[in-house]
Amino acid sequence: MKAYATFREIQHDLQHGTITCRELVRHHLDIINTKAHLNAFLSVYEDAALKQAARIDQKISQQKAGKLAGLVVGLKDVLSYEDHPLQAGSKILNGYTSVYNATAVQRLLDEDAIIIGRQNCDEFAMGSSNENSAFGPVRNDLDNTRVPGGSSGGSAVAVQADMCRISLGSDTGGSVRQPAAFCGVIGLKPTYSRISRYGLIAYASSFDCIGIFGKSIDDVALVLEVIAGPDEFDSTVSKKPVPAYSKELTQTERKTFKVGYLKELSTSEGLQPEIQKNIVAKLDQIKAAGHAVEPIEFPLMDFILPTYYILATAEASSNLSRFDGVRYGYRSKNATDLLSMYKKTRSEGFGKEVQRRILLGTFVLSASYYDAYYTKAQKVRRIIRDKTKEILKQYDFIVMPITPTTAFKMGEHTNNPLEMYLADLFSVQANVVGVPAISIPCGTDQQGLPIGLQVIADDFEESKLLQFSDLLLNMN
Amino acid sequence: MSKSLRNKYTLVIGLEVHAQLLTESKIYTPDSTAYGSQPNTNLSVITLAHPGTLPLLNKKVVEFAIRMGIACRCAISRLNIFDRKNYFYPDLPKGYQLTQDRTPICKGGFVTITTSTGERDVKLNRIHIEEDAGKSIHLENESDTLVDFNRAGVALIEIVSEPDLRSSEEAASFLTEVRKLVRYLEICDGNMEEGSLRCDANVSVMPAGSSLYGKKVEVKNMNSIRNVQRAIEHEFDRQIALLEKGEVVISETRTFNADNGKTYGMRTKEELNDYRYFPDPDLSPLEISDKWLSSIQASMPILPRALALKYEQEYGLPKYDALVLTDTKDVATYFESVSKHTSNYKAASNWVMGPVKSYLNETGLNAHEFPLLPQRIAEIITLIDQGKISYTVASQRVFPDLLSNPAKTALEVAHHLNVIQESNQDSILPIVEQVMKEFPLKVEEYKNGKKGIMSMFMGEVMKRSKGKADPKVATQLLTKKLEEV
Repeated sequence: MKAYATFREIQHDLQHGTITCRELVRHHLDIINTKAHLNAFLSVYEDAALKQAARIDQKISQQKAGKLAGLVVGLKDVLSYEDHPLQAGSKILNGYTSVYNATAVQRLLDEDAIIIGRQNCDEFAMGSSNENSAFGPVRNDLDNTRVPGGSSGGSAVAVQADMCRISLGSDTGGSVRQPAAFCGVIGLKPTYSRISRYGLIAYASSFDCIGIFGKSIDDVALVLEVIAGPDEFDSTVSKKPVPAYSKELTQTERKTFKVGYLKELSTSEGLQPEIQKNIVAKLDQIKAAGHAVEPIEFPLMDFILPTYYILATAEASSNLSRFDGVRYGYRSKNATDLLSMYKKTRSEGFGKEVQRRILLGTFVLSASYYDAYYTKAQKVRRIIRDKTKEILKQYDFIVMPITPTTAFKMGEHTNNPLEMYLADLFSVQANVVGVPAISIPCGTDQQGLPIGLQVIADDFEESKLLQFSDLLLNMN
Repeated sequence: MSKSLRNKYTLVIGLEVHAQLLTESKIYTPDSTAYGSQPNTNLSVITLAHPGTLPLLNKKVVEFAIRMGIACRCAISRLNIFDRKNYFYPDLPKGYQLTQDRTPICKGGFVTITTSTGERDVKLNRIHIEEDAGKSIHLENESDTLVDFNRAGVALIEIVSEPDLRSSEEAASFLTEVRKLVRYLEICDGNMEEGSLRCDANVSVMPAGSSLYGKKVEVKNMNSIRNVQRAIEHEFDRQIALLEKGEVVISETRTFNADNGKTYGMRTKEELNDYRYFPDPDLSPLEISDKWLSSIQASMPILPRALALKYEQEYGLPKYDALVLTDTKDVATYFESVSKHTSNYKAASNWVMGPVKSYLNETGLNAHEFPLLPQRIAEIITLIDQGKISYTVASQRVFPDLLSNPAKTALEVAHHLNVIQESNQDSILPIVEQVMKEFPLKVEEYKNGKKGIMSMFMGEVMKRSKGKADPKVATQLLTKKLEEV
């Protein structure tokens, strides 16, 4: 099959009958089968996807097809899709089948997207390497000994290896952008509250965002405009109207932007030199293209990660309480009474990283430590938000790395959780603040591993962010 | 326990009253709240806490809570944050209860109580909104426990008093007042037996004159106001006995056994959960606008105490009548309707408090279901006032007959029963004269001072008039004629 740069090209060919949805689905299914060793998919809805494709082919021929007709999408295993299995990469949801559609999934279906399968991820979206899944790790398609990043590793690899056109993942601390960088694809985390969280399994509610993986900015923009917006099932979702992102992208009006970058970029110790070099080179290109580029200071960098891990684990410890073996999912057969049912079910059902974070969160919320950790972290979060927003008043964008290194080897950090947490160093700021951020490919390192560049914009500035990202990608 | 021993101590009580709100749907889902549905039928993915579900606040719940707050003169919090109270129990689907910890919707305020020593304002600490849990059902001889989630997510308000109550009588009066208020406001049916109104009591004792509270005990499982009173009495004596023996009161939760009137320890407070309260990130903070608040204020019904005052001042009723009539909104409404058709308010009050209420008590009906139109009662009152029937005839014959013939007027019934009194002197006089003529010896005895013989004359007059002679008129005429002899 022809390699399409954008979904628009596919739509063009679908309209002209040079390709069918069935052929598209068949194409992706073939790759899923030949690259099964990547372990990107937990379920493949082969028959249902082909049937849906046939139905949409008919709709296309009748000129009745929706906006996303022919778009083949994969869903991270944290998104509810009615009558399909849902496990958050965890044993604790063994046997669980969704009984309703997540709002984002419903909106995709309403526009005739085709859902091809359920994608592997770190258990309950907790992880940065996709090694925490109860269903085994996902492998990076570029180098099978390396991780794809996490937690949405399966979703990133699926787009990387062309197993689907678009993946929906979730980004709580970088879980879309970081694997996007490791796999050389685009990963967007929109503004917090831009997309309804209804039907997204909660990890840390005040950080959780559905994010989009794709190979073109145009595709990502189109999907965002379909799934974003007010929803009666999520009281925290923004009521702001959703711009036509994909249309605004095509506006040719030449704009110059003011870009800030982290001053510490050149001195940052943990940063892989090639990443630093590539980003500096990109900044030069931006400058050369007539945009203002200035260094900025962000002295709070050291506080971001601890703030995130305190608040996210606190929320997670409570969010995961519902997985108790009472109403659905896994229940230990070794239980003898109520207390042992809880203990055994949760000890056997949850993996180590999830248990670690539940314990951490329980600790920071406990009466004796609440003020020292939770309350303080809430205050620091507010300060980080204020400072970041201050910068975003002066600059259109903040440019920074998304990961300190390129994709690392499997098993490299699994014995040291703290080292693993450091992989989120650059990604969590956007979640702590709530602003939109994107990871776009920015060259490779000496081993040919992709490098990601992160661009952060102000609240609800997705349109501008996508325009600028498109501009950057076209500079190559 | 001897009175003198009790006098050595001061009893301190704080009450926590949970009122299940009468909203048609649950607090965070559109599921029905109908009582008595088949188990596990009023459910949705939200109630069952399926992965990915989020709560949706029912605004009616907020409105109901604010109504109670206004009735109790509380300060209404304009910014409301909902908190999670984390604990594990099978009937708690999310593993946390959504409640309000740091920003209760109503702060402060008071409830006015009436006891044998008079009226007093009992201070409230707060009123907050929360959700109910499901019900665990433990079957006999079965190792498994069943859970019914119908009640899970039903809206509650918790009314928390300050430790401001000093006797079980005060506690009972407080509960009575709270129940009256929620019923007047139509936010809760106030039914303690079905559990739609539940009360926990925090009870402690301290040496009389002290201001340092003793260790408190929380008593649960009391399903009537009387049982709350019994439990408090028992705790008072139990705690005094402990202190007198030189022992200490343990801060614990105790359950009340209605069969023997005693309380039993459940678990000590020290072993209790750390609930790890924190603001729920799934519910955006709720702001209460001026506009909303004033619209709720404008829709407030008149409350029982204000109504009672109105009855005293406008209708000139005694305080006792005013209190009895305003005990339920239903009865008060009926009384007011009767009063629209008669200006004899005291008689209206007597009729409503007497025959009407007795009928309601016997049949278990509510006042709005009472078969007689209010004007029927007013008609009866008018017939009595006009001397057409006596009170006795009215209550024993006309009223019961009206109840079986509610379509007839009181006058029609009186006619039909042939009980209209003869109060016309012209028709009674011949009877009086006839009787005096027939019993000359008795007239002589009367003249000689045997005034008690009057009743014999009256009996004869009534007999001959077939009971229809107005006794007042007959007595007057007899007296006059006898004196004339």
